[in-house]
This record gives sequence, C-alpha cells and structure tokens, in this order.
Amino acid sequence: MSASTAVTITGITKRFGDVLAVDNMDLTIADGEFFALLGPSGCGKTTTLRMIAGLEFPTMGSLKIFGEEVGTLPPNKRPVNTVFQSYSLFPHMTVEQNIAFGLKMQRVPKADINRRTGEAIKLVQLEGLEARRSTQLSGGQQQRVALARALVNSPKVLLLDEPLGALDLKLRQQMQRELKILQREVGISFVFVTHDQEEALTIADRIGVMNEGKLLQVGTPEEIYERPANRFVANFIGQTNLLDGTVESKDTVCLANGTRIPGQSSFGVGERVAVSLRPERASLHRLGDGPDGHPSIDGRLEQVTYLGNALIYMVALDWMRLEVRTENHPGASGPAVGDEVTVSWEPGSVSVVGD
Amino acid sequence: MTLLDEPVYEEEIPEVEEATLKFEAAAIRAESRRGFLMALPAYAYLVTFFAVPLVIVSVYSFATRNRYGGTDLSGWNLDAYRKLGEPIVRDILFRSLWIAMLTTFICLLIGYPFAYFLATRRPAVRNLMLVFVMIPFWSNFLVRNYAWRVLLGRNGLVSDGFELVGLGPREFLFTRTAVMIGLVYGFLPFMILPLYASIERIDSSLLEASRDLYASGWQTFRRVLLPLSMPGVIAGSILTFVPSLGAYVTPEILGGAKSTLLGSYIVSQFLTARNWPVGASLSFVLMAVMLVSTVAYFRSGARNL
Repeated sequence: MSASTAVTITGITKRFGDVLAVDNMDLTIADGEFFALLGPSGCGKTTTLRMIAGLEFPTMGSLKIFGEEVGTLPPNKRPVNTVFQSYSLFPHMTVEQNIAFGLKMQRVPKADINRRTGEAIKLVQLEGLEARRSTQLSGGQQQRVALARALVNSPKVLLLDEPLGALDLKLRQQMQRELKILQREVGISFVFVTHDQEEALTIADRIGVMNEGKLLQVGTPEEIYERPANRFVANFIGQTNLLDGTVESKDTVCLANGTRIPGQSSFGVGERVAVSLRPERASLHRLGDGPDGHPSIDGRLEQVTYLGNALIYMVALDWMRLEVRTENHPGASGPAVGDEVTVSWEPGSVSVVGD
Repeated sequence: MTLLDEPVYEEEIPEVEEATLKFEAAAIRAESRRGFLMALPAYAYLVTFFAVPLVIVSVYSFATRNRYGGTDLSGWNLDAYRKLGEPIVRDILFRSLWIAMLTTFICLLIGYPFAYFLATRRPAVRNLMLVFVMIPFWSNFLVRNYAWRVLLGRNGLVSDGFELVGLGPREFLFTRTAVMIGLVYGFLPFMILPLYASIERIDSSLLEASRDLYASGWQTFRRVLLPLSMPGVIAGSILTFVPSLGAYVTPEILGGAKSTLLGSYIVSQFLTARNWPVGASLSFVLMAVMLVSTVAYFRSGARNL
C-alpha cells in the first residue's frame, strides 16, 4: 500500500429530503488499495460511491481526491470512473465505441484513442468483439466492456457499484478473481460497493462496513471477521452466535442464564454486551465431555443439517439457539437429535461486542 | 429384450412427431383465424371509409373537367398532375412544405425540453403534467383557433403585450406568423407525447455514465440522449409534419388570403373552382409525401409507437 491517500472523506453527510442517507462519515482510502464498502441495501454505500463519482453532491463535509477538493465538481471534472451496477453500456454504440467514448470526450488524439482502446480491449480479453453491439453480449462480456470503458481513461480511482450482482455464482467467482488480478495490474485504488460479505472478504484489502448511513468499522477482512466492532458487524460478516450478557470484569462476561465465560473486552463493568461465537469455532460433545479448561455451555441437540462437507448442529439453550458447524467425517457417529450436549470452544476464539 | 424394444421405438417416434406437428399447425391456423376475426371490424371500417374513397379520389385525378364545372369520367389523362407544375400551385406546395417543416422544427425545439422535463419528474407530477398537455383536446379545435383570433387580433392580448414593452401595437392576425403560431399550438401535443414516451424509456444511468466518462451536459445530450430518443423525435416529427402540411382549419381562420396553403387550395379546387381532377391530384401528391415520410420513419428502425 502506497503512502499517499486516494480518497479522503471528512464529515460527509448526505440527505435526501428527510432521509439521512450518509451520516457524518469519515474515511480515507489509500492509493492502490482494493477497498470494499459493505452493507445491506439502503445503508448508504452506493450514495457514498456516487458522491465520490460526482453523481450526488454531499449535503455537508469535504471530499478530496489526491488532496484536491472535488465535493462540488461535476462528474466529468473528476479523475475517477465508474462501473455501474447494470453496466449502463450505450446500446447505440459498438463495444469499441463504448470503450472509446471517454477518450473521445476528453479530445484525446485519434491515434491515441485507437491505441488505448486496443490495449483496454486486450486487458479485459474482448478481442474479436470490437464491432459487436453492447446488446449482443453476454452478462460477463458486458461486465468486461464496462470495466474497459472505465479503465481506458486511466482514472486515479475506479469506482464499482455492485458490478457482479447480475452474474451467476460461477461467473461471479471467476470475475472476483479477475478483478483482483486486474486491480494489481493497473495499480490504482478500486472502491467496490457490495452487499455480499463473502465477496467483500474475498476481494478486498480493506472493508468498510456500513449500516443506516453510518460507517461502523473499517479494517482488513481479518480484523472485521475476528474483531467485529459491534453486534451488527459481527452478525453481518459471516455467521455467528450472539450470546447476550453483561460485563463482569475485564475478562469475564456473565451470560443471560448466569454462566460465566471468559471474554476480553474494554467495556465497563455492568455494560450489556454480546459474546460472538462463530459456528465453526465451536465444537459439540456429549454432555460433560468437553475438553478440560475450555469454556462451554450445555444444551439439547435440536436439529442436524447435512451440507456435504459440513454438518450444522442446532443446539437449544434455555434462552436461545446455538449453531455449531463441524467438518463432516463420514462414519463418525455424533450425538443424536434430542441428546443432551455440551458446546465448547477455545478461550480466545470469541469476541465481545457492544450494541 | 432389445428385439422386443427396438421396433416399438422406431414405430412410435415418427408417429408422435407427425401428430405433434399436425396439432401445432392446426393451433397456429386457429390462432390466426381468431386474430382475423378480431381485426375484422377494423378492416371493414378501413376498407369502406378509407380504401374505397381513396380509389374514388385516384380515379377522379385522372378524369377531365368539363366546361360546366362537372367532371367527365372519360378521356383519362394526366392534365391534373401537369397542372401541379404551374407556378401558382408549385408556390403553394413549397410554401406549405416550408410552413410544415418550420412548424415541426419549432414544435421539436419547444417539445423536446418539455418532454425531457416531464420524463424526469416523479410519477405523480408527471401524470398531472400529462393531463395539462391533453387538456386542450377537451375543447373543440375550431373554438381554440377562434380563441387565437381574439388573442392575435388588433386589440388582443398579444398586441397589448407588445405595446406594454414599448414595441408598439402589433397585429399578427392574417399573417403567416399567425398561422405558424396556430399550427405549433395545435400540434405541439403530438410532438410531446411520442418524445416523452421514448425519453422516459431511456435508462437514466446511461446519462450518468456519459457524464462519468467526461462528457459535458451538451455532449451527453448530443451523443447519448438524442440518439437514443431518435424514434420519438421521428415519430413526433411525422405526427406534426403530416397534419401541418394538410392543415385547413388553422390557415383558414388565422391566415390571410395572400398566402394560401395546400389544404385551403384543395378545398377551393373542389368547391369554388369546381376542378375536381386538380383537387384530387393534389390530394394524391400530398398523400404521397406523407407516405414517403412514414416509410422513412419505419426504415429508420423505429421501434417506438
């Protein structure tokens, strides 16, 4: 990661009438990083992206691209380009004309346009399709045209608004890999909006998690997954069990049923928190068979779901259900539905989150 | 097993296929029969009130006018068409074409921004404004033209307005300008509605993509919005040009005697000059012009309307 900052967002707020779309957001995106804005639909992530692009203007705050204030500049005056959610290819132009559009508008000399367009077509492997209409392409090909059309302008930042949303799973995964490779190749920062947490974890160097207009946490995929900042992030990124409780001491949480379990946190004593236990970090044992020294909770096995490579156990506690995920070892006989069981985990594998 | 199975297969498949094809063909025939039955009233109406009169007009255009102002359906000739080359008729034809083109162009100039505005409003606002566009149709076309006569007349609002801003009283009534104003007013909705329909269909993210790709507002209009709304431009232009070219009521009421237009001239040939062949041949030429422009429209690959 280079030291210079590509995008600096300071105190940005965006209102649509009475609706607060983005609420006092601060964020810096480094040059050359692959940054994912992640959140459920309506969380303000697309609005944030559109403000960087210049398609929306912030109600308040400052927005800088490589140190230059751009908050009020129209999109054609900003050194960024966008890959739109539905690609938005011009239906009345060929693939080549679509890709050359930006250069033409910038009045780049004809010879340069041809050379750069050719390079861009090669970059996204669309050779041979130059003369096709954009409407005659498959979803994956349209996606590539949209990428080439943006990248051909050598933007300082590439903005991508859920660009893989319309593709089926296989193609989506392939495009995720290709995007990642492409980003390393061109070396500029990509800002990628998605509601798919798995996609964000796969693709991004850093992730910003948003909900209801607020940026809740920014960090590497590992930080976000292992040390979620709050209940929402813990729940939104991957599967988790949230066990409600109160902080008893710096490293103990008292759960709702009175069980005390170890959990490091910086919350004050008596504060209401939740302990996040990932299903794959928990293990299932016959009642009382849990490893010595590991924290555990007892319950009754309610349901087993067979996933092929894994088994999902639903364990009923007095006040909630716990999900436990284990690898599937054929032939191994686990507890049966209705049995009393013990769920245990390694002491350091949970995180304590606030509301 | 194989011996028993195979003959059954070989016999069955062609039979089934044949039967399926027969059923399909029968279904398609039934479908087209139903379609024809449903279209029959419209066909009957068009044949009776359009095709038959058209044939009559075409027959008359080749007939001869006798000296008493009647028409002899004999001695077929092209005299009536030759007469169209005469300076008087040619002037009227060109003047009408010019006025129709100008009307179309002005309607386009006024209608396009309005249609764009309309297409980019919230649905509630949009529907209300569409009603406003159509309100003039609720009153009689003739009445509306007479209203313009009052507005454009000697002591009308328009004249008063000019006086108010210090340009002295202006009277437009019975001038070509008055006719243009009346025509633009009368046919503007026919321009706006197809334009609106085609602009409304354009994905607004295409315009955003254009702006994102360094196009200015004007370039976005020229390179993206206008080409994509071309079907609406052409449809609106035809719907404005065709009735402007044959307009009769507006030029009669607002225009002067000095600048007769095609519609009035045709009427006068039938009623005053009693030269039916010339009136018929002019009608035919007019229709040919309209036909050509309509064909050009469909040739241009228009999908709207």
